[in-house]
Amino acid sequence: MSDMRTVFASAASSVLDEDPLAAVVLAEISADLFAKAAARHPDRVLNVGIREQLMISVGGGLALAGLRPIVHTYAPFLVGRAFEQVKLDLGHQEARAVLVSVGASYDAARAGRTHQAPEDVALIDTVPGFAVQVPGHPDEVAELLRGAMGVLDSGSTYLRLSTESNRSTLPLWPGLQVVRPGRRAVVVAVGPMLSPVLDAVSDLDVTVAYTTTVRPFDGEGLRALAADAADTVVLVEPYLAGTSAYAASAALAGRSAFRLLSIGVGRYELRRYGTPSYHAARYGLDATGIRRSVTDFLGA
Amino acid sequence: MRRALAALRLDDMRTYAELPRLMTAMTGDEKHGPSATSTLDVLWVLYDQVLRVSPDRLDDPGRDRFLLSKGHGPAAYYAVLAAKGFIPEPWLAGFGSAGSRLGYHPDRNLIPGVEIASGSLGHGLPLGVGLAHGLIARGLLTPRVFVLVGDAELDEGSNAEAIVYAGAVGLANLVVVAVDNQSSSFGWGRGGIEAHFAVSGWSVTRVSGRDHAALAAALSASGSGEGPRLVVAAVEGKAES
Repeated sequence: MSDMRTVFASAASSVLDEDPLAAVVLAEISADLFAKAAARHPDRVLNVGIREQLMISVGGGLALAGLRPIVHTYAPFLVGRAFEQVKLDLGHQEARAVLVSVGASYDAARAGRTHQAPEDVALIDTVPGFAVQVPGHPDEVAELLRGAMGVLDSGSTYLRLSTESNRSTLPLWPGLQVVRPGRRAVVVAVGPMLSPVLDAVSDLDVTVAYTTTVRPFDGEGLRALAADAADTVVLVEPYLAGTSAYAASAALAGRSAFRLLSIGVGRYELRRYGTPSYHAARYGLDATGIRRSVTDFLGA
Repeated sequence: MRRALAALRLDDMRTYAELPRLMTAMTGDEKHGPSATSTLDVLWVLYDQVLRVSPDRLDDPGRDRFLLSKGHGPAAYYAVLAAKGFIPEPWLAGFGSAGSRLGYHPDRNLIPGVEIASGSLGHGLPLGVGLAHGLIARGLLTPRVFVLVGDAELDEGSNAEAIVYAGAVGLANLVVVAVDNQSSSFGWGRGGIEAHFAVSGWSVTRVSGRDHAALAAALSASGSGEGPRLVVAAVEGKAES
């Protein structure tokens, strides 16, 4: 099975072949995966070197020229390093692009903090007009990329790829999708958190709902599911804990009472190397940690 | 400025001479400081003699693109846009008010003919690089991209990324006009701004930013056709005003 990045490069190359206005902007990362596409479309596959600010601005300029740019690199460089360009050269200009990152929160656990971006979705979420898609399986990537290109006229998309993956894929659905029903709580699993969540709550009487679409957040769907599950909600997100808490709170604000638990990457620096699974365990994002948090929250 | 005025053709004199009045309509001031007027002659020459743009072809894919990167002190820009019919003159009076489309930094989503929203420095040139690429990718080989920057704006490192890259890939449809009023604290050393562009493969020239004929000639030049061009428009320094 190909990983998400390989699937993305293949899908984006096909998009370039089919759509004469599509373009890809790179900053060295993944340039090898786009070599054939660059040979076919030298004017629309641009590698600007190790210049992430320029990469985002070039994406903005291409959009101003009427193109549909895909801009891609490692998450901390795509979102954090060039955030002013994301905010102004895309958001403020109303120049639209599909930003595709790799690396996620701690795919590069061995590389250390410089190559990790648990804050990426929270940052992007401050820029009006961005949808956020977090695939949970490589087989979901091509459809999400094509979907993002299809809605570029109405807004930009941040597509967050990871080497973490669920065991299997589900048919994609724009909002929350019930994987299994229950009565005591709704556990929302975002992207690659579905498999660990299912393992964590296998014997608990809770609804598990899956989504790849983080923004726009499916508040209506959450409200409906929570009404049948004691108005108790657990968000399990593979990035900064609480990133979607305000959206869930807004969705549930009309209820007389609700309970909300946000599970995600902790707001501190681990300062350890190791593997992604080691980091997941340390942040309580493996099945054991999720189970502990959920059972503590629900009570015996 | 008086010498430049004298060189103007009579039919242009009428509207160029109106620019101070239009600027006064915005600010209420009878006299305008050097930061407000440093770009005045460059903007006028661009819109009067160089840019292939007009109010009746705002969305024409074949139009030239003018990006005011140095968005600070836009009174001269708004005055030129009003003089050339892009915005109604009555808009000027509301400059900066809640109901106005004209802010202290311009916004492309509010003002006809304005290609980018600017204010934060160091964004126009990198956007211009993308725009120049995009026009080529669409097969639009006639329109040019002009980016106006200030000499102190070039302090921003994002420009360095764009200057080296644009020179290396040879974006021949890109023209930067750098209005140099020597306001960068650390300056550009021996050889000036143009030395920094030249080593990256840009063709460079320096003219008086008050000499309309020289500006028009430098900005309209076709260049070698092999790479981007820089025109440094030198004006009096802030301290000399």
